[in-house]
Amino acid sequence: MNTGRKLTLALAAVAAMGMAAGSALADKMYGPGVTDTSIKIGNTNPYSGPAAAYGAIGKSISAYFDKINKENGGVNGRKIEFISLDDGYSPPKTKEQVRKLVEQDKVLLIFQSLGTPTNSAIHAYMNQKKVPQLFVATGATKWGDPEHFPWTMGWQPSYQTEGKLFGSYILENVKDPKIAILYQNDDYGKDYVTGLKEFLGDKADKMIVAEESYEVTDPTINSQMIKLKDSGANVFFNVSTPKFAAQAIKKFRELNWDALFLNNSVSNSVGAVYKPAGLDNSKGIISLQYYQDITDPSIFDTEPYKKWKAFMAEYYPDGDLSSSFTAYGYLVAQTLEQVLKQAGDNLTRENVMKEAANLDLDLDMMLPGVKIKTSPTDFFPIEAMMPIRFDGEKFVSLGKVVSVN
Amino acid sequence: MAVDVETITDSKLTAGAKIPVKWVAFFIVIGAILPFVVGGYTAFQGTLIMIYAIAILGLNLLTGFNGQFSLGHSAFYAIGAYTAAILVYHLNFPVYVTIPIGGIICFVAGFLFGLPALRLEGLYLALATFALAVAVPQILKSSHLEELTGGVQGLDIFRPDVPAFLVDNFGLTMDQWWYLITFVIMLLLFWAAWNLINSRSGRAMMAIRDNPIAAKSMGINTALYKSLTFGVSAFYTGIAGAIAAIVIEFVAPDSFTFQLSILLFIGLVIGGTGSIWGAIFGGFFILTVPNFAEEISTGLSYAIFGVILILVIYVMPSGFAGLVNMLRVRLRKIFRTTS
Repeated sequence: MNTGRKLTLALAAVAAMGMAAGSALADKMYGPGVTDTSIKIGNTNPYSGPAAAYGAIGKSISAYFDKINKENGGVNGRKIEFISLDDGYSPPKTKEQVRKLVEQDKVLLIFQSLGTPTNSAIHAYMNQKKVPQLFVATGATKWGDPEHFPWTMGWQPSYQTEGKLFGSYILENVKDPKIAILYQNDDYGKDYVTGLKEFLGDKADKMIVAEESYEVTDPTINSQMIKLKDSGANVFFNVSTPKFAAQAIKKFRELNWDALFLNNSVSNSVGAVYKPAGLDNSKGIISLQYYQDITDPSIFDTEPYKKWKAFMAEYYPDGDLSSSFTAYGYLVAQTLEQVLKQAGDNLTRENVMKEAANLDLDLDMMLPGVKIKTSPTDFFPIEAMMPIRFDGEKFVSLGKVVSVN
Repeated sequence: MAVDVETITDSKLTAGAKIPVKWVAFFIVIGAILPFVVGGYTAFQGTLIMIYAIAILGLNLLTGFNGQFSLGHSAFYAIGAYTAAILVYHLNFPVYVTIPIGGIICFVAGFLFGLPALRLEGLYLALATFALAVAVPQILKSSHLEELTGGVQGLDIFRPDVPAFLVDNFGLTMDQWWYLITFVIMLLLFWAAWNLINSRSGRAMMAIRDNPIAAKSMGINTALYKSLTFGVSAFYTGIAGAIAAIVIEFVAPDSFTFQLSILLFIGLVIGGTGSIWGAIFGGFFILTVPNFAEEISTGLSYAIFGVILILVIYVMPSGFAGLVNMLRVRLRKIFRTTS
């Protein structure tokens, strides 16, 4: 009797599995914009107006989708139809264009819409309409709020995340840290400081010995720098935009301040900051980065760089090989590709969002150890960065990634 | 023969023109039906067109009827928008109330700006207003006002739901509701502009445009009229800005750059300076043509827009309103000769 019962059970189990498999095969669930052969993806980018330089991101994303359409026949047999519209970095235009994409072109999702004010203009709309607003191109912290805005997700490390990562770097590398902070008195500056304090937790009050802010309209930050130095800090955390960062570096050397100089990624630019401040003065400054510096000759012989260069040569020949935007577009497009791969034949908006919140991805142009990782409660895909030191000419990787976990 | 001058005088100049009732009724019927036959996105675009039309009409009162140039109307548009946003965001005002308040604040701002502008003529006035347009986005971003304006990040406005009885009885959507609100406001403002132009004040405004010295010697208080016209013009544009802020549900300094002033100016010229209803066509042009240009080529959209603009100006040198008037006269001639 026992065997008989086992047999029935086994049969039932097999039948159930067969049914499950059968239903999985037939279970093609499509949201708007998806057919058996295509997926429509919408995007806005400033191709005109004062922020038009960012347009390179949209173009490189488009080029990447051309590549996978041609070489792999798209994703899971569906070609990607990438509709990228110009919003000129103007929020009302963004709203109009995004409504066109969602209501008229009926795209499955909006991907990499660029800019903080522009994305703010559509934030409520996207969540009301329940259309994914995936991997927006802005560093604000508000894009990672799955509880209130479950249809919106950022991509790059937010300012707050970066603040946390600096905290992690300090704890790991500095003995008995005494931190002095210079920050711009706005959302951007405060986000960094909040992140750092959050990471340090109870220790924040003891470790942070001085904080000075400045206004964007201030002519110089010299007096702030003098006060910060007088605090006796051994770590200087600079959260300022390029013009002020260059001033801070100069003053830092003038004062002969013997401290570790940490610089936020907003001002991590050789051309805009380190050169004007003096390359010698800028030696030893530490900042954080998450993807390969494509101007660094030491990676020219690596496989990922060659692959990227070949992609650029074939699909985006006008693209600037020394602009970080083109590498950025290449990477973020691969992230979406992965989401669509994971979603398989269940291409509803709900499932796309579910898979976007279920990523664990390594991309070869990322710095080693920087992963793209999300979960239903974690809408910040990139939360690890590589500390790099400026050696007077170029950036040198310090080998070990810092992460918030 | 001197008596003839009296008799051939255009009656419009003394008694004021009559509203062409048939055409206006036709327009109102079409406009009211439109949101129910098109989709939500198109209704939204229609709303934007009407918002631009109101702003362009405001500019037209100043430039077309009073002869004062302004490249600064994006500033008034921004003031109207921010008034609405701040009242709703910080003080929880009902959105509907903020529209007239936005207009009134702009009237005051426009009137005050009009006073120093009295000393400036033509190109110099254009430069002064240009400075205003460039300054306003920066002022909105400045850290001193950040608490109020939200700085670079801007402010969100949430629209209340469509009144329940309209949803229950007519199934009205948010897009249709705001289309209709904007439509009614636009009709009211156009009607008011029509009455203003065909009044004593309107004739004074035009007299100042055509010959300021003669106007002055006839006893028109040019300073007062010019400042008032500036105020009324800003009032119209401010109302447009307030509605725009509510319909877009968001304001940020980047929404009100100098480019907006240029767009309004283009709309004014294309619609026809000195024509009231031409403003609607102007709004239609500045909303749809850039989109159309983009469809042809993303990279060269502004170049294509420029080409279209030049062609349009070439074909209708006095704007769309001028073209229609010309066609009407020609058709009438043909009709007369054949009959």
